[in-house]
Amino acid sequence: MVPLPELLAIDGAMVVVVAWLAIGLAGVAALHNLALVARVLFPLSAALSLAMAGVALLAIPGTPQTAILPIGLPDLPFHLRLDALSAFFLALLGLASAGISVFAGGYFRQGEGTPPGLLCLHYHLFLAGMATVLMADDAYAFMVTWEMMALSSFFLVTTNHRIPEIRRAGFLYLLVAHIGAIAILLCFGVLQANTGDYTFGNMRAQSLSPFWASCAFLLALFGFGAKAGILPLHVWLPEAHPAAPSPVSALMSGVMLKTAIYGMVRVSFDLLGSPIWWWGVVALVAGLATALFGVVFAAAQVDMKRLLAYSSIENVGLIVVGLGLAIIFAAYRMESLAALALVAMLYHCLNHALFKSLLFLGTGSVLHATQERNLGKLGGLMRFMPWVAWTTLAGVIASAGLPPSNGFVSEWLLLQGFLFTTELPNPYLAMLVPVFAAGVVLVAALAGYVMVKFFGVIFLGRPREEKLSQAHDAGLLERLGLLWLTAGCVLLGLFPAAVIEAIDPVTSSLVGRGLAQSGRAGDWLLLAPISAERASYSPILFLLVTAAIVALAFVLVRRVYHGRVRRAAPWDCGFPMQTARMQDTAEGFGQPIRQIFEPFYLMKRELPTPFDAAPRYRVTVEDPMWGWVYVRIAAATEAVSRWVGMLQRGRISIYLLYSFLTLVTLLLLTQA
Amino acid sequence: MNLEGLVAQLLAMAVALVGAPLLAGWVNMCRAWLQNRRAPPLTMPFRTLHKLFWKESVVARDASPIFRVAPYIVFGCMLLASLIIPTLSTNLPMATAADAIALVGLFGLARLFISLAAMDIGTSFGTLGARREMLVGFLAEPAFLMVVFTASLISSSTSLATTVSTLAHREFAILPSLAFAGLAFTMVSLAENARVPVDNPATHLELTMIHEALILEYSGRHLALIEWASSLKLFAYSCAGLAIFFPWGIAEANDHVALLWALPALAAKLAIGGFALAAIETTLAKMRIFRVPEFLATAFLLGVLALLVHLLLGA
Repeated sequence: MVPLPELLAIDGAMVVVVAWLAIGLAGVAALHNLALVARVLFPLSAALSLAMAGVALLAIPGTPQTAILPIGLPDLPFHLRLDALSAFFLALLGLASAGISVFAGGYFRQGEGTPPGLLCLHYHLFLAGMATVLMADDAYAFMVTWEMMALSSFFLVTTNHRIPEIRRAGFLYLLVAHIGAIAILLCFGVLQANTGDYTFGNMRAQSLSPFWASCAFLLALFGFGAKAGILPLHVWLPEAHPAAPSPVSALMSGVMLKTAIYGMVRVSFDLLGSPIWWWGVVALVAGLATALFGVVFAAAQVDMKRLLAYSSIENVGLIVVGLGLAIIFAAYRMESLAALALVAMLYHCLNHALFKSLLFLGTGSVLHATQERNLGKLGGLMRFMPWVAWTTLAGVIASAGLPPSNGFVSEWLLLQGFLFTTELPNPYLAMLVPVFAAGVVLVAALAGYVMVKFFGVIFLGRPREEKLSQAHDAGLLERLGLLWLTAGCVLLGLFPAAVIEAIDPVTSSLVGRGLAQSGRAGDWLLLAPISAERASYSPILFLLVTAAIVALAFVLVRRVYHGRVRRAAPWDCGFPMQTARMQDTAEGFGQPIRQIFEPFYLMKRELPTPFDAAPRYRVTVEDPMWGWVYVRIAAATEAVSRWVGMLQRGRISIYLLYSFLTLVTLLLLTQA
Repeated sequence: MNLEGLVAQLLAMAVALVGAPLLAGWVNMCRAWLQNRRAPPLTMPFRTLHKLFWKESVVARDASPIFRVAPYIVFGCMLLASLIIPTLSTNLPMATAADAIALVGLFGLARLFISLAAMDIGTSFGTLGARREMLVGFLAEPAFLMVVFTASLISSSTSLATTVSTLAHREFAILPSLAFAGLAFTMVSLAENARVPVDNPATHLELTMIHEALILEYSGRHLALIEWASSLKLFAYSCAGLAIFFPWGIAEANDHVALLWALPALAAKLAIGGFALAAIETTLAKMRIFRVPEFLATAFLLGVLALLVHLLLGA
């Protein structure tokens, strides 16, 4: 790949951002013209996403490029910088949003709350905000665009603002986003080390004492963790994702969560310079707890979008585990292993962006075709919606982390990283960190369970409701979006060596080493991060041999024997009275997990007695974090407010007394 | 890819295809003897397969393509699994395509498809079987990976061929970590291959079956492929266990004499292993399905313990 001439890549990225804003404004001009917005503006925006992905991919191996935009306050311009890390995440943004935008063109309908033109504006402000966050090179530009991203996504979440639950979900999202933003602001405050210069260049130049560096890291983990959904700041995710329209959920889960990951990587590897080992342990513990929590809750969900939201929490947890591992390796100057962990993490970011977007879009099509989000009222949709079903199946295999999909590659790399932790110089770490791999493996296996439940209950079996047989397949634009993301998942799974080569400049800029491939011919076939003797994986060969065996078996069986098939009613052990209601519901499928992980849940059950004439079974599963953390914080806030409220007597004379006392106190202080 | 590797690879495939039903037949024979019954002949599984292939496949009216594709995919996965496990020789060209972690993923892929196929018809037993299979799977998979991790840490490689040649060359000593791992592996294999005490391969009692509930709707060639795949799975698990815990007798590259000896060695090891399996199945009672998570959690913890013991003692 030839790097573009100097300053061309960043200019290209800025042109795309400006064009996105222009499309947004055009949407406002055509406020109620759905045809224009959906058929012209959104596909155009998808083309721009492709351009962004192309520019970013070309910029990854190039040298960092900077630009200064004279907008904002006087003497406080926006500093922008496009280096390998930014370019990687911009490429992720472009690749995922290209599919999502095309899909959105076919998805949005008239009469869903916000008019389509306004929706188009919010959507493109959101895209532009995320892209600028990734390019920002000073705290001011970063925070302004971070807010732009948060606010525009708030308006997107509350598209159907006439429904009270959606307004509530939007408020919760806004609240957590701002608590996180405060922490990020404080983190930047620590990073500039009293110099008053908030550019990232200055922050890089500062060398903080370990105490302040740790403060900055923890603030960043908290602040960005609020956006990414790390325990216990995840509560907004399962509320906001189901509330938002599906393309927006896809964009939020697939891309916006990654901007938070970008922030963590930027702060811990770039701005802070040399990490300290226990940061990695903190990230590892937080990530694993998040992942386990997410997947266990995903298994218990009955709303398909909530299920995916919890699955996003799980994936973010795994990404943070990778980050923690990379920090530990980097702290002990084991550069090539840090590169391995970092590659695993970045690869998983990319994978998650594609497969989770794909799954969210699939639920969008199902939602439009059936008006149902409840898994208990779906079923058998594979016959009526084959396009959606087969593309979703690709996403399901990727999300379950099974070969030869892309999800398996990143999981494989992460586990390979864990196998090297026994070489850490700290004996306690060398002994305890490998055990974390057991947790990662458990999470990955549970993800398979969750995905079988997701796909099986929605698309397989018999329709649980009459109306489902009227379900229609996705439209042309929707299919295009789904196919694009499916192709992404498949290609990322089949050519890992090429992807890793593309990521290499990112890791070499962050930890000083790339993941050098062992220099043998035909390397693109074989993924062998350290050496082929140590570990290797070749998805192409894997797929080809499996496909060859399948084809051979298919042909041979027909040649040697026969290929006759008779269609009949299902047998089911000869049981004659079968109805669709006898299939497992989503609750039923999740029941074993609920039983095994009972202490995790806050569960209320109403069981019927054998003598009930009209038996009712009701089970509600709630997030215990509400009770443990949020309700207590709310109670404490209320108690403090009550104390403050005692001061407020509502009589002017008492307020004058307060002023008088304050003045006297101040006088005394200044005299003294 | 050299010629010798290709020959070894094809030989391994032939051995797997023929040996797997024979192993299943042998286990059935031993079990019949232990239960004082007259044993069916060793080649009984082949006759069953032949019979099933001739029969017509009956497919439910509502079945989607997943139902018809799944048997082929499961068969392909299991055959590939027995290609990458060093059964006769460690000189396997296919072994670079997938290491031990990918092997676990391969079993996972097969499990995903068979579970989806079971849910496809929409019968109560099918979904019940899918749920139970995934339950067993999500607990057994991590336990299996912990075993693999322990072996990988000892040999500093996740490649099965390297692991086996490293383990075969160490001097004979019972490593405590491998002992724990072996116990965990045995428990996982019992669960994964639908054996007593987790499942009973000979039952069709509705409330207890796991594997049989999954394949209840299959008939004819589809059922034949699944049965063959099940026996291949048992074969693959047995060979993986033998390769990790008893790696002696497996030929290495450029060792033609050893390759000749490898087949009788494998047959002898499998015969003993099969008898042990039959003995376990005869002496143990099947446990309630609610006890299975406990059983598998024990296996998982034993696997983790093996890892810890290895890290603590370095052995």
